[in-house]
Amino acid sequence: MTIEEAAAKIAAAGECSPRPGRDPVNQAMVNSWVEAIGDANPVYTDPEYAARSVHKGLVAPPAMAQVWTMAGLHGTRADDDPMSAIMAVLDEAGYTSVVATNSEQTYHRYLRAGEEVSITTELEDVTGPKRTGLGEGWFVTTRLNWYAGSELVADMLFRILKFRPREAEPPPAPVLRPVISPETAFFWEGLREGELRIQRWGEVLRHPPGPMPPDGALDAVADHVVASGRGTVYSYVAHHHPPVPGKRLPFVVALVELEEGVRMMAELLDVEPDEVHVGLAVRAAFVRIDDELTLPAWEVAR
Amino acid sequence: MTVTVGTELPPMVIEATPTMIISTALATRDFQDVHHDRDAAVARGSKDIFLNILTDTGLVQRFVSEWAGPEALVRSIKIRLGVPCYAYDTLTFTGRVTARDGADLELAVSAVDSLGEHIGGTVSVTLPEGDS
Repeated sequence: MTIEEAAAKIAAAGECSPRPGRDPVNQAMVNSWVEAIGDANPVYTDPEYAARSVHKGLVAPPAMAQVWTMAGLHGTRADDDPMSAIMAVLDEAGYTSVVATNSEQTYHRYLRAGEEVSITTELEDVTGPKRTGLGEGWFVTTRLNWYAGSELVADMLFRILKFRPREAEPPPAPVLRPVISPETAFFWEGLREGELRIQRWGEVLRHPPGPMPPDGALDAVADHVVASGRGTVYSYVAHHHPPVPGKRLPFVVALVELEEGVRMMAELLDVEPDEVHVGLAVRAAFVRIDDELTLPAWEVAR
Repeated sequence: MTVTVGTELPPMVIEATPTMIISTALATRDFQDVHHDRDAAVARGSKDIFLNILTDTGLVQRFVSEWAGPEALVRSIKIRLGVPCYAYDTLTFTGRVTARDGADLELAVSAVDSLGEHIGGTVSVTLPEGDS
């Protein structure tokens, strides 16, 4: 059965059986209510004023209509309450969260102390699924009717959104951390400072950095230059599987020829694999992981 | 009081203290934990305890009848619920007359807090005889 079909069946059952309020309308609850709300209207609390008023005696605040039949601390709904039925249907379908959106009360007359109020509920409308800021959900509209005896004294259209909460982003997995040696420490220090550093042996640039120059001269000492960060894709791979800690799949790893002449490999960010081609102009990016580690990366030069 | 379409109600400011939120929740017999238990409210993803709907309706009634007078009859209170009103926030109610038919008025009301509009709605009232 679809949600619409289930809702139609529940709505067709109409008004549920009346559930009486715990206490009749009474001055003690009115007094607590006006005190908490700060409503100083004397027609609710001052017998002499109320007797001279249009009401010819004390009345209960109309906005208390719902209060008389609140289920209380340990209350349960009636077995035939359509709200329970439609909530069960939507819970089952994964729409487990609820937020009220509209409360529209109409007061047909003011109530007085001693009156016994009962409530019924009927399901009026279920519409959805709708995309909302909270997540996908269904608007459920019920009508609640308050009776004194058989007389309808107040009613309420009550609308809620029953929604599937958006899944929280999973915490980022830890990344694979590089092994940093005395020969490569300058490179990682450079990344932390936003510099892409290339090892230099005299006139010769070398990447990846190593302990000795390409010609093997034992007395040579390395320093480094700071790359401009501009380069072009020399080769690349789109990685689809297996998962890599800290990475969302698929991702692109590009071997980039820097304008200084060396090639360097790193992830190419924010790009679909089919947007990448050999010769694509890129520039260096710096992905800060924490205080210790910043990873090199590329982004498309636009 | 001369009431015409466009007449503005004097604003009403409510400090939503924890005491206010809890005492109104209990006075409206609403025992949902998010209205009186901060730990439970936080565990459910809220910043703090927050005002309940029955209180919103009650505050709208108070706001309108303080302006319209103790003998004005409140016929309906229709509210749309917006952002929550958490403990320690301040609610400012504003309203104006949008329609008048003899003694029957329709009012647009709004209550905003630091997060935005908490309540938007319409209220129907009937002024007592003799009021203009």
